[in-house]
Amino acid sequence: MRMLKIVVLLVLVVVAVLFPLQISPDDTTTTVAVFALMFAAWATAWNTFSGYTGYIALGHAAFFGSGAYALAIMCQRWHVGLSDVSLLGLIIPADYAPFLLVPVAGLIAALIAVPVGWIALHTRRHTFIVVTIAIFFIFQLLAENNIGSLTGGTAGLEFHNPSWIYPFFNFPFYYAMLIILVLALLVSWWVRHSKYGLGLLAIRDDEDRALGLGVKTGPSKLVAYVISALFAGMLGGVWGYFLGSVFPQSAYDPLNDITLALMAFMGGLGTLSGPIIGALIIEWARQNFESLPFIQNAQNPSGYYLIIYGALFLIVVLLLPEGIVPTARKWWMRWRSRQQSASGSDTPGQAEALAVGQAGSGEGGNG
Amino acid sequence: MANIIRGIIEGLLSGGVYALMAAGLSLIFGVMEIINIAQGVLVILGAYLSYQLQQTYHIDLFVGLLITMPIMFLIGLIIELLFIRPLKRERTMFSILVTYAVALIIEGLLILAFTNTPVKLSAWYVTASVYVGTINGTQLYIAYIYIFTFILSVILLGGLFWLLYRTEFGSTLRASMQNRTAAELIGINVERISAITFGIGVAVTAAGGMAFGTTRTFNANDSYDLISRLLVIIVLGGMGSLRGALVGSLALLVIGDVTAEIWSASWSSTVFFVLLVVLLLVRPQGLFGQREGRKQ
Repeated sequence: MRMLKIVVLLVLVVVAVLFPLQISPDDTTTTVAVFALMFAAWATAWNTFSGYTGYIALGHAAFFGSGAYALAIMCQRWHVGLSDVSLLGLIIPADYAPFLLVPVAGLIAALIAVPVGWIALHTRRHTFIVVTIAIFFIFQLLAENNIGSLTGGTAGLEFHNPSWIYPFFNFPFYYAMLIILVLALLVSWWVRHSKYGLGLLAIRDDEDRALGLGVKTGPSKLVAYVISALFAGMLGGVWGYFLGSVFPQSAYDPLNDITLALMAFMGGLGTLSGPIIGALIIEWARQNFESLPFIQNAQNPSGYYLIIYGALFLIVVLLLPEGIVPTARKWWMRWRSRQQSASGSDTPGQAEALAVGQAGSGEGGNG
Repeated sequence: MANIIRGIIEGLLSGGVYALMAAGLSLIFGVMEIINIAQGVLVILGAYLSYQLQQTYHIDLFVGLLITMPIMFLIGLIIELLFIRPLKRERTMFSILVTYAVALIIEGLLILAFTNTPVKLSAWYVTASVYVGTINGTQLYIAYIYIFTFILSVILLGGLFWLLYRTEFGSTLRASMQNRTAAELIGINVERISAITFGIGVAVTAAGGMAFGTTRTFNANDSYDLISRLLVIIVLGGMGSLRGALVGSLALLVIGDVTAEIWSASWSSTVFFVLLVVLLLVRPQGLFGQREGRKQ
């Protein structure tokens, strides 16, 4: 089973790496792929905090936006992206230089998350959700009010446009997002399988008991929060460079907050693969909705998006509250135990082989 | 000095309106442990309903409330029946997500129906002002609408308190607020109480929306600003506390308006948010809230 998982994972990684090099790459498809990877990584990072601890953070776009602004400000102040940079003996072309600062943007977002998380985590559960929403709006306001003449107010900030041309233009961003996704997934996997992660899960199940059993709940929650903010900041930086400009309304978009939660809930909160599956489904669905003729011709297409998003969310929360991955896992377990009990004295190791001999064991069940 | 005084007066008067909207939110949370994120967009919906009645049937804004409040009550009932009641586990958390989704749908419908172009409610009492007094040689005028909506809020809030503390329905409601299970055991139909509470909590947004729409231009996008303010108010006052909602709203509006007068309007909410952060550090449960702890 473990081998099978690793093989499937490797195949997926290879497919993801080769994806842009497909025969006749289509610009729209690769653009959607960039966003799909971005949300997959973001939802994975979000899940590392919210999924494992059970604290739903609805203001995560605050760190995404801060990362985007941090990168834009650094590039503008230091004229990054205008000339080639030499690093460790390597010459990095000017257009790739902003990517070097993406981790710095992530660190800045993480630094911001330390006091923010410290304050917000004074409260529990539902008050925490409400406080994160409120804090998110503070960030939007600060960016709009051009605090310290950093953000340029409503006029936003511009990046130096890279000289790449389509279809190549999307590729660097695609791979940047892919690298962050893999990193986020590795961190999420590590947290899930470490003693630290067990502490987070204990907080989700019963915080007071976890505290009583010696889990340092406060620092544990804060560290997870800061980790998720770090990834949000890096993604925000890449996103900002991809779009070429950063505005308060787009960098700090309240819709992104809820989209993340939707993706994680749809795939399965607290699972490794759930947020990625959710993100891919939602982005694919969004792409399909956008190409519907009545939406394309609409005067205010955003109205339709909101309705579709809301309806989708209602369906997921009301009909599939556990998410796709846990539900599928439950079905699989039930199916397997039925198969096992039907064919009698099978050793657990043969469970996968049974999937092949489905017809035979079905007969056994009848007999 | 005159500006500050005007800021305080206008803050107190419009604080009453916010108190009304926040009281609805707090009431719903107190009884059902449900946080209604859609409250902000429902206020905007209320404002648009008043706008539509005024534009098509030329009904006065205050008279129109007799129509819009029952409509909003019904909308509240429908939301509760369709989306809140089916939630079985972790109701508070899921309620936030569900009402957020409902808010998105309503916002989308409003954009389709009324576009993004901002509108404003108008009437003679919106433009006309009344002379209040002279401070340091500056004459002070306050628009009638502030006074009218304040009186309206006082009446509605008074009605709400009367309903809660002087009627049998109120005592069953407060019993459900204190202990849901025990209330069920002594024969109170908590499901019915919850539905009606949600309806009442939403109905007050009709009045809130009307008042909101007269003091500034609005479109569906303003719901985010509103809900963040309302959430801050109930966190500040203490979740589920009506008294907290009153004090929180007055504090928000007075601080906001004074900041707007002496500094700049765009900073008014920021200052308030900073105060919220300070308060949370000292008193995480809010001014009048119960300390959050373990639920047995």
